[in-house]
Amino acid sequence: MTVKELLEIVPIKLAAGKDGLNNEIEGGHVGDLLSFVMAHAKEKNVWVTIQGHINSVAVASLLGLSAIILTENVTPDDEMLRKADEESIPVLCTALNSFDMVCKLSSICSIMEE
Amino acid sequence: MKLHYQVDGDNFLVAGEASASLKRTLKQLGIDSSIIRKISISMYEAEMNMVIHAYGGVIDVEISTDKVHILLKDKGPGIPDIDLAMKEGYSTASHEIRELGFGAGMGLPNMKRYSDHLNIYSEVGVGTTVEIIVFLM
Repeated sequence: MTVKELLEIVPIKLAAGKDGLNNEIEGGHVGDLLSFVMAHAKEKNVWVTIQGHINSVAVASLLGLSAIILTENVTPDDEMLRKADEESIPVLCTALNSFDMVCKLSSICSIMEE
Repeated sequence: MKLHYQVDGDNFLVAGEASASLKRTLKQLGIDSSIIRKISISMYEAEMNMVIHAYGGVIDVEISTDKVHILLKDKGPGIPDIDLAMKEGYSTASHEIRELGFGAGMGLPNMKRYSDHLNIYSEVGVGTTVEIIVFLM
């Protein structure tokens, strides 16, 4: 599925990076330690995190991630938004915590598989 | 092909730019994406170490037909015990840096894991040179 399709199904808001809305999502990764994400997230993963700063965009861009989902009402700072627009990495915000967000994503995956 | 980058210390707004720029170049050269991933991860970790610990530095990259050779030089405080620094989970990063998601003690282990050759030369009070080689085939 694409990031755009995801936006229509789960309770998240697009904050930046709209040029990347057609990015394909294949799996995901959850984590707040950037080096762990660097080591384990895969291309086209959606990344669920609370790291709302510019360095998250650098990580996402280097790995070719499809989008960043910021949970727990984390507000991305201005530099992050600017960089996300520049790199076309969608930044999506939600009030849910990371666990609940992943539960939503998981239920979508099982619906899509049926 | 030779590339040269200047890395600013403590500037988290442009941190990772050199790695991003190299990635774009490698993509344009048509290099396999799994190899680009290895290079991106190991260079990003090394670049971030320069920013976090060493007041920045310079990076020289040489791309040849069979490998990418990356040399990162800084004039930072140096690493007193490289074996200890190589241990997963060991970090000297500050609390503020950790809050940004850095300082997990995975930087050097990631560099080792994702490069084909990693050499670290360091002298306390003088600086550190990190050499990363990733083969293209």
